[in-house]
Amino acid sequence: MYAYIARRLLATLPVMAVVGIAVFMLLHLTPGDPAVVIAGDYARPEDIEKIRERLGLNEPLHVQFFSWMGALLAGDLGTSIFSNLPVAKLIGQRLEPTLALAIATIIFAILIAVPMGVVAAWKAGTLTDRVIMVFAVLGFSVPVFVIGYAMMWLFSITLGWFPVQGYKPIGEGFWPFLHSIALPTVALGVIYVALIARITRASMLEVLTEDYIRTARAKGLDNNALLIRHALRNASVPIVTIIGIGIALLIGGVVVTESVFNIPGLGRLTIDAVLRRDYPVIQGVILIFSGAYVIVNLLIDLSYTVLDPRIRY
Amino acid sequence: MQHFWTTARHTTLAALTAASMALGSASAESVLRIVPHADLKNLDPIWTTAYITRNHGYMVYDTLFAQDEKLNVHPQMVGKHTVSDDGLVYTFTLRDGLKWHDGDPVKAEDCVASILRWGQRDGMGQKLMDFTKEVKAVDDMTFTITLNEPYGLVLDSLGKISSNTPFMMKKEYAEIDAFEQVTEVVGSGPFRFAKDEWVPGSKVVYLKNEDYVARSEPASGAAGGKVVNFDRVEWIYIPDPATAMNALINGEVDFWETPAVDMVPLLEQNGNVELAVVDPLGTQGWLRPNHLHPPFDNPKARRALLYAVNQATYLQAIVGDPKLYKECAAYFICGTPNESNVSVEALQSHDPEKARQLLAEAGYKGEKIILMQSTDIPLLNNAALVTAQVLRDIGMDVEVQAMDWSTLTSRRAEMKKPADGGWNIFHTYATGADATSPIANIGVSGGGVEKAWFGWPTDEETEMLRDRFAREADSMKKKAIIDELQARLFDHLVPYVNYGQWFQPVAWRKGLKGVLVSPVPFFWNISKDAG
Repeated sequence: MYAYIARRLLATLPVMAVVGIAVFMLLHLTPGDPAVVIAGDYARPEDIEKIRERLGLNEPLHVQFFSWMGALLAGDLGTSIFSNLPVAKLIGQRLEPTLALAIATIIFAILIAVPMGVVAAWKAGTLTDRVIMVFAVLGFSVPVFVIGYAMMWLFSITLGWFPVQGYKPIGEGFWPFLHSIALPTVALGVIYVALIARITRASMLEVLTEDYIRTARAKGLDNNALLIRHALRNASVPIVTIIGIGIALLIGGVVVTESVFNIPGLGRLTIDAVLRRDYPVIQGVILIFSGAYVIVNLLIDLSYTVLDPRIRY
Repeated sequence: MQHFWTTARHTTLAALTAASMALGSASAESVLRIVPHADLKNLDPIWTTAYITRNHGYMVYDTLFAQDEKLNVHPQMVGKHTVSDDGLVYTFTLRDGLKWHDGDPVKAEDCVASILRWGQRDGMGQKLMDFTKEVKAVDDMTFTITLNEPYGLVLDSLGKISSNTPFMMKKEYAEIDAFEQVTEVVGSGPFRFAKDEWVPGSKVVYLKNEDYVARSEPASGAAGGKVVNFDRVEWIYIPDPATAMNALINGEVDFWETPAVDMVPLLEQNGNVELAVVDPLGTQGWLRPNHLHPPFDNPKARRALLYAVNQATYLQAIVGDPKLYKECAAYFICGTPNESNVSVEALQSHDPEKARQLLAEAGYKGEKIILMQSTDIPLLNNAALVTAQVLRDIGMDVEVQAMDWSTLTSRRAEMKKPADGGWNIFHTYATGADATSPIANIGVSGGGVEKAWFGWPTDEETEMLRDRFAREADSMKKKAIIDELQARLFDHLVPYVNYGQWFQPVAWRKGLKGVLVSPVPFFWNISKDAG
């Protein structure tokens, strides 16, 4: 097991290296020049050239790449071209809101979706099942910004229960934190509720037709024990897989929610940096995203051994 | 149902209030919360021309001179100034009591270093430096600018309201290379920058500078007394317009600098919000042809654009609400002393037949026109779409190439032929404050590939007229030069086609008073009704 974890962690290095090279090349081959953005509309060509020189952007591409890679190996993600702040600091400032939103969303989604999926499977073909599935289809179909604006109108503007925008760090107290993150969590969570509920239902339906379930039922086991201990556990591998994919997608996919609710997270940092061609920030954020994907995938794989003893690494 | 919502709302509000009191979060600090037009990315208003950094500059720095709401220049940090009889030596004495945020007194040597740094980066600053022999501190309070020959725009340059505004910095920072960013903010302005609370992409905090000595005159534009009525001003960047509108309606912010035009009707209906246009100069749209390559290297083809463009169509497409735009052909902004009606007929006639005739006379034979379309700025996106149709209507073969603004700003610097990666037309706009004079308005330069802005118009006569304007001190003679210059621009050079002038409203919560009329948002002079 430990050897497997070590192997997987080592395998992340070439993955990250490939991501790093690809991102660097893509960015530098994309049209657009941060020096022009900085210099502004009225700059003379020689002014732009001087800024480019100060930023090291006039160096050959391979020199820029090795300079960035060297700093990266020393643990330095570089400095933002625009704010002149360390990229690590910028990411640090934005990491908490994004992580908080992602974690809150996935907890919300699991708490709602798994029971929904189990109930839908248990009541398959009934009105309850259909209502749950209609909700699941709606959850997939309605864009997150529509849900966000609708909730904002109802719960913020009309009822005044929640703020329209902004984020309170957990350091300022759990209640203000929860208050600020409640609407974005629900808005973003709806699609994941729909996704996980559908997978849970499908997986449970398959398990519920197995012989051992019939045997357990024949032995007189009550429904709760049957559904949770026997059926859900055996159906959990695909559910955990989809939850894991959901977490990975969430980390990179919160940008719309962050924009609608004005949460200063990594998604917005990335979009702003791309629009301005702030290369060090884009590179740093994408590396962090890639690392998160790799680790989440590793954790999913490891969780299989807990959920299904037949799986060994 | 209504009863349920009302009861629920009151119950929850009571609970939240109780929770808030229990947490002891009440604060006696007065705070003004602003939604700015952009995120503050960098802190040096000399290093970049970004308007958001200019606005930051006005918070923390001060200027030697400043323009009032009618664009007249008044002393600001300067207490008194004199000009020698030959017009060559300007002597400036600073006001008493000016201090940097670190407590040191503002000295003449700080101002000398600041002027020299600004003079390397700003267009009007560079022009001033061309005429300047020496900038020198005489003593701690006095410095001089000695010219090589008389120049009519010394005070206009030092008092220019928009980017790059000549903000005064402490000598140790002003001596940093003009192409390096100053990252420490030690100004002498009415607010101090709370760097520890700055979260790029989200929030900027300014604290009232208790040591600031405001002028005694009433505030007007950037000039007059900068009296601050709040302990803190917070800029809360909200990129999504719908969210910004909801935050204003909900009272989470007090002031929104650039409400989206399509949200104006909703804001007008809200009883807690006021809307007003406080920038009387507005914004001018520019359709910029490339003068280096056919067909727009020919004056007749450029004049064809004047006849083809109908400002009303553009303004409808990009603004929509007639209250917020004006058809205005003048190159130097309607409603300013430099507005002129000379030679505007071509732009006002909207005569596609005449445009076709001029194109034929220019020798246009159906070559492809590369029109760069910036898709991430809605206003420019719409303008490009209108132009594509306008050009097709007069028989041009147009290829619209979509790209983001960053890509466009790089591509427009290409002088290559359009077919080889160059371009024929792009759109942009200039704030009125940047377009009111032939020197500040970079778009009318006819300096060619060496000196002109992207598109590279080339015309010696235009440059001669701009130079005459810069040297002239008499306002009547200046106006005559403006008329002459505008005639040249319309009848020959057509450096760009002005597709209209529009006005950005600002919105604030009712109860806010003292919002100044100006192209730049200022947060002194504003106060809030108690309760």
